[in-house]
Amino acid sequence: MRRFSWFNATSLALGLAFLYLPILILVVYSFNESRLVTVWGGFSTKWYGELFRNEQFLEAAWVTLRVALVSATVATVLGTLAAYALVRAGRFRGRTLFSGMIYAPLVMPEVITGLSLLLLFISIGMDRGIVTITLAHITFGMCFASVVVSSRLVAFDASLEEAACDLGCTPVQAFFSVTLPVITPAIVAAWLLAFTLSLDDLVIASFTSGPGATTLPMKIYSQVRLGVTPEINALSTLLIGVVALGVVAASLAGKRMEGRADP
Amino acid sequence: MTAPFAPWADPAASPLIEIRDVTKRFGAFEAVKSLSLNIYEREFFAILGPSGCGKTTLMRMLAGFETPSEGAILLDGEDLSPVPPAKRPVNMMFQSYALFPHLTVEKNIAFGLKREGTPSGEIAERVTDIMRLVQLTDFARRKPDQLSGGQRQRVALARALVKRPRLLLLDEPLGALDKKLRQETQFELMNIQETLGTTFVIVTHDQEEAMTVSSRIAVMRAGELAQVATPADLYERPESRFVADFIGEVTILEGRVSGADAVGATLSAMEGAPDLRVATDTLPPLGETAWLALRPETVTITPDRPEGADNALPGTVLDIAYLGNLSTYHVALADGRVVKAQESNRFGANRRGITWEDAVWVSWEEDAGVLLQA
Ligand SMILES: Nc1ncnc2c1ncn2[C@@H]1O[C@H](COP(=O)(O)OP(=O)(O)OP(=O)(O)O)[C@@H](O)[C@H]1O
Ligand SMILES: [Mg+2]
Repeated sequence: MRRFSWFNATSLALGLAFLYLPILILVVYSFNESRLVTVWGGFSTKWYGELFRNEQFLEAAWVTLRVALVSATVATVLGTLAAYALVRAGRFRGRTLFSGMIYAPLVMPEVITGLSLLLLFISIGMDRGIVTITLAHITFGMCFASVVVSSRLVAFDASLEEAACDLGCTPVQAFFSVTLPVITPAIVAAWLLAFTLSLDDLVIASFTSGPGATTLPMKIYSQVRLGVTPEINALSTLLIGVVALGVVAASLAGKRMEGRADP
Repeated sequence: MTAPFAPWADPAASPLIEIRDVTKRFGAFEAVKSLSLNIYEREFFAILGPSGCGKTTLMRMLAGFETPSEGAILLDGEDLSPVPPAKRPVNMMFQSYALFPHLTVEKNIAFGLKREGTPSGEIAERVTDIMRLVQLTDFARRKPDQLSGGQRQRVALARALVKRPRLLLLDEPLGALDKKLRQETQFELMNIQETLGTTFVIVTHDQEEAMTVSSRIAVMRAGELAQVATPADLYERPESRFVADFIGEVTILEGRVSGADAVGATLSAMEGAPDLRVATDTLPPLGETAWLALRPETVTITPDRPEGADNALPGTVLDIAYLGNLSTYHVALADGRVVKAQESNRFGANRRGITWEDAVWVSWEEDAGVLLQA
């Protein structure tokens, strides 16, 4: 083990402070007694109480949660199928093009994704609301899910499926009794990723939502434009907690998946 | 005494597996070319050949993962082609072992039986038995990633064996093991094969392994069978230079057939030296090119011209390979061709005092070598 030098310790502390100091300040001020955001008036949890009495916030949270649950689930199923097809179908004409097309939305500016979806919904005459947000989240969640799942599938030894067939499975049984259990950690990681991305999203949701369907990030953004309240701090703190939990769970699932990658 | 096990020599025996004129094409490339082969019940059949000659492709056709482009594979006289891998009484032990990483050793082994719908009591019994046979009882609850290479290999073997297939396919099963473990496993395999009476087909790169375990060996070359014979026949009576060269060490001398009669032939192999005498049952055509294949252990090396040897040629020692129990001398003849001679070291390495650059004679009897026409 190398000695942990002062220089390293200092750079680590500075780096972490740069990343997390703003968030820390936000969390600390969510427990502020005072209504003024920048003046410390003593410890209190009253803004959390306020928050849970605020109908609008609760409504937005419920919308966000429903969108995230449904879109993460559908995105994971579709993403897994896409990954399976791309990894397993062998070489066919245009395979590179297809996998490129799956990954493209990852690097597409969100504004463009949001705008193009908005245009699509308008042109097919679809009323914008919770359904359109969910559809939009499925499209980008699916890309992430298929990336996560296909990285696992590439490392998956195809002869496992052949072995299952050799031992009496039909190809479909082989998928469900061998392939699926082996890639489950990757699927869980993909779901958690899609879920947190959906919770986080502001830009695409703003483009694709309509009246009556406001997600939490949208609500926060619109409130903040009127001025930051301690209530927003409390809400953001809760959101950070949920997202952090999701990320940690996803990386734990990923760890398990690595452990299994080379049997 | 019972007759030796040789169903292939018995015209009344019907083969377990009959491969009839099978061709396998990948695009325009023929990986297996119009190959015919019979494999009999209780055989331990080895397939040997250089990399890419189509061994794995042949095995995969037997298991059902590839379908022949032409020809048919029959099991007990019935065409296997409409039968999917899951329904064939054939199991395969994969080169990569292909153990299911999410299941314990026990559940890996029970997998195939569960699929068949075997009653759970019987499953437990058969799994326990087979684990005892391959000495895995202590590892029943472990996952594959908690096992050593040799243990994994035994799980793969047990998993394939527990279904009691008519035919077990082993694709380079021992490739990952070190020499000692490999030899132990070879004997274990032979024991298991004798206990269970399953028919084994094994693919290997290791000719020593093939010689040790098998009843017959097929040598493949570029999708075709070069020769199918027992290990001893293959070594002592190869039919082509390819086979002679592939199995064991050999010296091949090219010459022209200068005479042939009922007891043998003479081969004019070198200017200014007497023709070489070779015992052979097939009369080679006069004047044609032929090759004499000599195993190093049949060639004697002496400092002086030996008395009464059927064939003797002078040369100089080019190189000596010391192998512990044996030494192989590489002797350059007058025209530069090299003959290998092997001597036992049981009297000490340099008893004869032959060393590098020495002028020596190599000699052999007329029935020592084999005359090849291909
Ligand atoms: N799916 C495939 N598509 C195209 N060519 C293939 C395919 N499978 C095998 N081949 C080709 O067929 C030939 C025989 O392959 P095979 O795997 O049977 O060789 P092998 O004798 O098992 O070699 P090794 O000893 O290296 O395992 C090779 O030239 C290989 O490139
Ligand atoms: Mg192979």
